[in-house]
Order: sequence, then structure tokens, then C-alpha cells
Amino acid sequence: MAQGQMAPGIVAGRLSSDELTSNFTDLHPPLAPHEAAVAADRCYFCYDAPCVTACPTDIDIPLFIRQIQAGQPQAAGRTIFQQNILGGMCARVCPTETLCEEACVRETAEGKPVEIGRLQRFATDDLMSAGAHPFERAASTGKTVAVVGAGPAGLACAHRLAMLGHDVVIHEGKPKPGGLNEYGIAAYKSTNNFAQAEVDWLLKIGGITVETGSVLGESISLDGLVENYDAVFLSIGLAGVNALHADGVDKDGVRDAVDFISDVRQAGDLAQLPVGRNVVVIGGGMTAVDAAIKSKLLGAENVTIAYRRGRDAMGASRYEQDLAASHGVQILTNVQPVAVRGNGAATEIELEYTSSQNGQLTGTGEMVRLRADQVLKAIGQTLEGAPEGLKLDGNKIAVSGAGRTSVAGVWAGGDCAAGGEDLTVTAVAEGRDAAMDIHATLVS
Amino acid sequence: MADLTTNFLGISSPNPYWLASAPPTDKEYNVRRAFEAGWGGVVWKTLGSEGPPVVNVNGPRYGAIYGADRRLLGLNNIELITDRPLEVNLEEMARVKADYPDRALIASIMVPCEEEAWKAILPSVAETGADGIELNFGCPHGMSERGMGSAVGQVPEYIEMVTRWCKQYYDRPVIVKLTPNITDIRKPAAAARNGGADAVSLINTINSITSVNLDTFSPEPSIDGKGSHGGYCGPAVKPIALSMVSEIARAEATHGMPISGIGGVTTWRDAAEFISLGCGTVQVCTAAMTYGFKIIDELTAGLSEWMDEKGYTSIDEVIGRAVPNVTDWQYLNLNYIAKAKIDQDQCIKCGRCYAACEDTSHQAISMSDDRVFEVMDDECVACNLCVDVCPVEGCISMVPMAAGEIDPRTGKKVQPTYANWTTHPNNPMAKAAE
Repeated sequence: MAQGQMAPGIVAGRLSSDELTSNFTDLHPPLAPHEAAVAADRCYFCYDAPCVTACPTDIDIPLFIRQIQAGQPQAAGRTIFQQNILGGMCARVCPTETLCEEACVRETAEGKPVEIGRLQRFATDDLMSAGAHPFERAASTGKTVAVVGAGPAGLACAHRLAMLGHDVVIHEGKPKPGGLNEYGIAAYKSTNNFAQAEVDWLLKIGGITVETGSVLGESISLDGLVENYDAVFLSIGLAGVNALHADGVDKDGVRDAVDFISDVRQAGDLAQLPVGRNVVVIGGGMTAVDAAIKSKLLGAENVTIAYRRGRDAMGASRYEQDLAASHGVQILTNVQPVAVRGNGAATEIELEYTSSQNGQLTGTGEMVRLRADQVLKAIGQTLEGAPEGLKLDGNKIAVSGAGRTSVAGVWAGGDCAAGGEDLTVTAVAEGRDAAMDIHATLVS
Repeated sequence: MADLTTNFLGISSPNPYWLASAPPTDKEYNVRRAFEAGWGGVVWKTLGSEGPPVVNVNGPRYGAIYGADRRLLGLNNIELITDRPLEVNLEEMARVKADYPDRALIASIMVPCEEEAWKAILPSVAETGADGIELNFGCPHGMSERGMGSAVGQVPEYIEMVTRWCKQYYDRPVIVKLTPNITDIRKPAAAARNGGADAVSLINTINSITSVNLDTFSPEPSIDGKGSHGGYCGPAVKPIALSMVSEIARAEATHGMPISGIGGVTTWRDAAEFISLGCGTVQVCTAAMTYGFKIIDELTAGLSEWMDEKGYTSIDEVIGRAVPNVTDWQYLNLNYIAKAKIDQDQCIKCGRCYAACEDTSHQAISMSDDRVFEVMDDECVACNLCVDVCPVEGCISMVPMAAGEIDPRTGKKVQPTYANWTTHPNNPMAKAAE
């Protein structure tokens, strides 16, 4: 029997297996062929289309949509993959509402953009389900490149390099490749183990070896890589999390949201995954929204996102905020955590209202207490484990041009590198562009 | 509510919408349903000579062309005339006409081009009480291979001959249905009039292959791997039909001849356009075959509402109102000068006007870095392509220049007077202005 939403504490099995399965199905079910045809017909095939400009990977969106319309979804898929080899995942996780679909002229015209994300998924699913890999490798250059981190940036970089004829070894510290696609993305956006299927499909290009359990600073070093390979691409992500400064954050029940999300993604059986009855998520970004929704889907009774500034300042888009709200998550803004209370384990959190003056956030002195047996910290990730000797820009690896670091022969991209938003699609673009630059350097 | 009552050749119907001779009018069951739904009249599916009826194919009879969301834009068919015995059709027609005296019931007929054949069938048709006959000189497939249908409609002399027989052996109105598969529609229409026809109806369907199956390389619709051209109809053919109707309406030899308009009538607006070009009734088929008989509610209410808005109280007031405005190219006013104007408030910045003008027209639209599209009056020839490709209705308009203004494209002053090609200095055949 399921324990139900009202069982106290952090417990597993709040919902039945059927309920959990239903809760974690696709957020946006795939388009059926006729739906895709109708959706594709809405595209105006704009001149110098704004959606393309808005896409970090510059996918030729009007072209691929026209190819769907003309009855060739696999050709559409190739158009997408030429620019973005992780177009399948991006179709699922991109915040299209702030990228291509926001720029769509039909958003301007009627507030209903062409469903670019879902059409991209239709095309990429169609091509990927055909099994074959759409690209072939160029003749071998005899050059070898080390890629550190098998997340979106690393995979995109490795694929492009392999396609251009270089041999690539990806060093990945975790047991599985995929990076945040595997460990971080909301489960209801990437169902049916899509992240691993995508990696397997991507690797069919050949020429890429993935070495898991290979950790920079432990089993490998940057100096060693520079010595043994013709080039190195660092895509190590943001392995650290920002610390939350409040009393009682060491109590049981307080943990990092990214770990919680990773547990959900890796859970063999969601019914075995514990979640609190009253969950409070601290933060305002996509991670906070993902963690909050997941908690709700696992059966938590009350889930609150507590964010220290106003709604407009939240990192999560309005669409994501509404998505959380539609799942029953309460969003409390302009509050900051003061203390987590409880005897050993958290039972409540005390928050103070804030006001912002000239960008400076101060507490107003007014307090609010929420029941909280689980507190998830989602206040941002930070660079951790970056090799010595690399120049930093703020707290990320400084890059110039297409991902060149301060060390010759070493490139970087994805979340660990300065510049660009921390999005899958941005990471793909950076990995791809760095690969082109590495190629140009190696063959010149 | 405007009165839609129609009097066409003395045949009265409560509205100008007749179902065309086609599958919807092939039998009593359908026609009763149509009359119950409110249709003004029917042209009964074409009758053939007495004896064993024709046979149809036992595979697909129709092929289609679609627009967005599988909206049917064009339909093609290879069905022949009625494949039911003549006497069955005649009995049913008589019963239906007796029960619906206020509706028009026209018998469509197609028999061989021999006087005896027509002489034989016409009295039995007359006995049904049908209000008139329509001579099917239009079907372009199947029957035409046997010397009937469009094979007759393509030879004006035959039209005139058969029409004359019909007027001789039948005393009610004779309508001649014309094929569009001909170079100059005015010739068969004039032949019909010369033969004594009371009216013409047009267009019948257009020779067509809707598509080719790229796996089997068979035209569609495919019968066991082979295809034959069919007859094309539906919304896609309306422009062709309107043009042909207008030619007959304004030609000297046929001016004033009653016309029953056919070809892609789908909404009240289509009907109003046909009527304005000289049609006394309109005939509908594809729209009914696509959506069912219930569309008559929109067709009648819409026409009535539009007439009310415009202050027309009867169909007769609308018939032919657009005919005087149909002219030859050579008489168009070359002193009329317009320029495209883009309403920036309505523009959604898709850039289709720019692509169309820049790639395929006159390079008269500029595009700024922030996607503001503007017409360059010194290049714009007012071709209207930008208006046609703009997805926002009303965003781009053609604004006429006032007399006395300087056209930035030519540097010349806009003339207040009318002038056409016949007097233009570039025309080697120009006549001196009077």
C-alpha cells in the first residue's frame, strides 16, 4: 500500500507504482504525424528567421520544419543534427519559451508560437528511431584529442572532432556518460532512458572512446593530457554547489537539490525513493523548479519554492514557474532562509521577508515559518576541481574566441567556461565551436 | 432578412443554391435529405439512355489535393453518369418532385449525339414533372471516350445541334452545361445560345491528375496500378470558373444569357461572387461532399446577411453587378498608380514581403538590422505580391497616389485622367487620342 501524502517525515512509497509511472511520463508527449503536419504548416518560413537567431546552435528551423511539412522528417532530423548533435535532448529540455519560440513571429502575432521544440523532437525521434547514424567520419587525421567530461559540451565537441577525422577519448568521472542530461535534467522531460540512448546513438559515429571513472585531478591531470594528446577540451561542468548560510542547515533532511534530482534520475524504482511530506526548495532557478515538481510527483503533500527576490528575478522562466504552479507547487518570493529547526531532523524552516533597495537585499524583520521535513538547496552550482594554472573569469574558466583557455592546446566549454547561459543547448554550441577551432588548429 | 427566392428561367426555388449533378443527387434518398436540409434545388445525377446502365470502376473514384490541416482544396473524380437504370431514376424523380413542388428539380442528360437518342429520352423525362433539363456536355472522363460529355462540349457545332433537338422535343427550359477543357469558352456558349438554349451552366470539371504515387508510379486515383485523368473540382477551381463565367456574361454573343454558376462554391461569399458575375443560380457539389448537406445553413444565412448589410433585397439586384467592371487588359487605366504601404503596428516581422520582393520582384522593400521592413516608393511598382504573401491580413495595403503627386519611381506627375494601352505611346498599334 502506498503511504500517502500525509505520512510524516521523509519516506519512500508515498504513491503507488501506477501513480508514479503516470506522474513521470513525458511532460510533452510526442507529436503524432498529423499533429506534426498541422504544427509545421503554421511556420511562415520567415526570411532570416528570428528563431534561428535565437537558437544558440543556429539550427535552420524554417528549413527543418518545411522538410517535415514536405513529408521528410528524417531529412529534417539531419538538418537539426548538422548544427546540434544533441538536438534530440534539446528538443526536450530547451527553454524554448525564452529562445526560438519566444522569437517566433507567431508569438508576436497571436501569442502562439510555432511548436518548434515539439517539431524538433518529432524529426529527431524519427531519425534516431531509424537506428542508423546520419554522419560519416572524414579520413583519419592521426590526431588525438582528450575531452574531459561527457556532458553536452563534451559530447558535442567529441562528435564533431570524430566527424572531422580525429580520434577522441572522453574522460568522465561518473559511472555513466551524459553529464546533466543523465544526472540533472528533469525526469519528466527525458523519459525512457533517453539520455543514454542518445549517447549510444551519438557514439555510432565511431572514433570516440569513453572512459568512465576517469577523474581530473585524481586518475588524470591536465598536464598529462596535454602531453599525451594533441588537444584537450575541458567540459567539466559545475561540480560544486553554493553553500547556504542559515542556522541548522546541517540537520537531517537538508540536502542539495542537484543530488536529489540525480537520485530521481538514477532511481531504478521510484517507489523506493524517499521524499518529505512538507518540502521546501530554496532557490529560483530551473533546478529549484525541477526539484519542487519532482517532490510533488513523488507524492509530497506540500511543496514550496522559497526565493529571496521577486518573481521577475527568478532564473526559471515564467513558463517553468507556471509549470510548477500547475503541479501544485507554491512559490513564495522575497523570503530568505534564516534557520532550519528541528530536533536532529528538520521539522520547519524559518524565513525572513526581504526587500530590495538599489539591488541590495535586506531582511525586513518579518518572519514566516513553514513546516519542512525536507529542505532542498538549489541556490546555484559552482566550478570545482578546475586544474591549476588556468586563468579564471569570475569563478569560471576564462575563454576567448571559440573556447580557447589561457593554456595553449586547451579549450573549454559548457557550464564550466565563462560566457553564455548555463543551458544544454549553449553547451552543445560551445562544444561544437571549440571542436571546429581545435580542428582548424590541428590541421593548419 | 433578404429574400433569397430565385427565379431562374421561370423555375422558382427558395434560394439560389442547387446541388450540381453528381453523386449527392444520384437517388431519391439523398435528394430528399438535401431538400429537408434546405437546398433550393437539385440537378439530378446525369441520366443515360434506356438499357443496361453504365458501370463504374470498383476502386477509388476520387483523388484529393489538401491545404493545411488536410483541408480539402481540390477533388478529382473518375465516376461516370448514373449507373442505375433509367426507369428507376425517372420514377424517383417524379416522386420527389411531387413531394417538393417548391424546389427546383432539373434532369441532367447525356445520351449519344444522335437525334433518335434524344427524341427517345426527352418525353419520359418530361413526364417526371422535372422543371427543366441540363445537357451534360462537360464530363471529361470516360463518357467523353464514347463521344459524349466533353467530347460534345468541345465542338460548338454539336452543341448547337443537340440543343436544337432538345428544344424541338422538350418544352421546358434547356440548360447547356459546358466543359472548361476548351480554349475559348465563349464559342460553346454562343453555340448553345444559337441552338436555342435557355441558359448555360459552368464549369464542369477540369482534366486532372491529382498526384503520382512515387512508389508505384501510378497516377492517383489508382485502379490496380493505372490511373486515368479525372475531373477536377472544389475550391481550387473557383478562379477558373469565375473567369469563364465572366467571359460569357460580357461577350456580345452571349451577354444577358442566364447562367448557372458552378465551380468551387464553398461559402456564401463564393456564391455572391458568382452571382455578381452574372449567375442566376449557383450549383454546389464538392463542398457538400466534403461537409455534408448542412452547409446550406451557412450558405443561405451568409448570403442573406451580406445582402442585408449592403441593402439588397433580392437576388436579382445582385446578378451581374460586377460584369461591367470586367474588362480587357488593354482598357485598364495606366494612369492609376499605387504604392504598397506596410503598417508597422501590424507587422510581425516575418520578412516574407522582403524575400518575395527582393528575390522575385522589384527589390522595393528594405530591411533594417532590427527587422523593420519598409517600401521604397522609388522602386515599388505596386505589383501586390507583398500583400499576397503577407500572413497578416490588412498589414500591407496598396495606396493609390493622388493626381498631381510625383511618382518617385518615374519622376512623373500622377495624371488625373484615364489612359490605357490603346493610346499609349509605346504601343505600335496606338490610335491617336481623340
